[in-house]
Amino acid sequence: MEYDGGAWSPYLVGALIGVLSMATFYFSNQPIGASTSFARIAGLIGNLFSKGHTESLKFFQETKPQIEWGVMLMIGIILGAFLAAYTGGEITAQWIPPLWEERFGSSRTLRLGVAFIGGTVMAFGARLAGGCTSGHGISGTLQLSVGSWIALICFFAGGVVTARLMFSI
Amino acid sequence: MPSAVNPITPTAQEMFLSVTFPIPREKPKNEKETSEKPLREKANGPRQLVLGLIFGIVFGFLLQKGGVAKYDVLLGALFLTDFTVMKIMLTAIAVGMIGIFSMHRMGLVQLHVKPTHYAANIIGGLIFGAGFALLGYCPGTGAAALGQGNYDAIAGIMGLLAGSYLYAELSGYLDATILKWGNRGRIMLPDLMGARLAIFIIGFVPLLILILLGIEKYSP
Repeated sequence: MEYDGGAWSPYLVGALIGVLSMATFYFSNQPIGASTSFARIAGLIGNLFSKGHTESLKFFQETKPQIEWGVMLMIGIILGAFLAAYTGGEITAQWIPPLWEERFGSSRTLRLGVAFIGGTVMAFGARLAGGCTSGHGISGTLQLSVGSWIALICFFAGGVVTARLMFSI
Repeated sequence: MPSAVNPITPTAQEMFLSVTFPIPREKPKNEKETSEKPLREKANGPRQLVLGLIFGIVFGFLLQKGGVAKYDVLLGALFLTDFTVMKIMLTAIAVGMIGIFSMHRMGLVQLHVKPTHYAANIIGGLIFGAGFALLGYCPGTGAAALGQGNYDAIAGIMGLLAGSYLYAELSGYLDATILKWGNRGRIMLPDLMGARLAIFIIGFVPLLILILLGIEKYSP
């Protein structure tokens, strides 16, 4: 059977992510989340430049810059996706996604510049909202957290509007 | 996500008990749960570092096989032309919800309900969405995109690091303002409706399945 998005059925992948969540709760007492790991790494980099200043920031007093479970999870995601793409013959090795190139051309600078700005904006939003598509969107919603459902709806609302504006310029 | 680092505080745990399944839990059984299982094990201990890596590999593998490491699929979700993301998320939510609340009732796991701050959830959520559209990957799928060879994700990840530090710079101010507006603590959907957790789940999971069936009919 062929699927639009990926090699496997989205229902199978979704169900397995649900089971994976059960496993992380049971074995690690942790919900799956991705964005906090980037914040911890940002803090570690900040420590290299000015440890005193980084440690003085309120956020880093609550979320310690350190290599812990979540940072390892993030490294694992990169490895796991590589394994899946490699074994499935889906390694892309590309700088510019086809859909982007079709609309905005083949300038690598433009794509990387917008990707960097997008990442910056997204991380700021994730920290303010208290999580990302994984932490709020899956782990928070499945525990019926009110804030997570609100955040998930706002992720898509903000994304739908911005994507339309971008592609209609 | 402070909940990812800190073990649940006593007050939050009391709250969970008040919203758990209707059957009153026995205190001794609950104490046994926390004393017997090494639930408060450190997240930066060697065992947890290895487990994190293994769980990450599985998660990344699944994201790639599901197709959500692709820019086109994620943008398709925002253009409402590709429903792969919604199908994966809603299925994961339904399965995880049944699984984790069942395990919680059996005393096997602790919950990690994220706190609700209405203003921050809404404003932060909308900002996140704007960044998501610009980058074309979210934090988890961005890492997966890099793994499958989408090199533009590198710029996105550098942005994620910069944005996280920027937030930290402003965190003192934001904690004292936006995060205080509509701060409701760890509330859950059934609390809003005055429903019991088990009853709510019995109604909510079929609703998720109905939405999935609707999506499948609209966009197989």
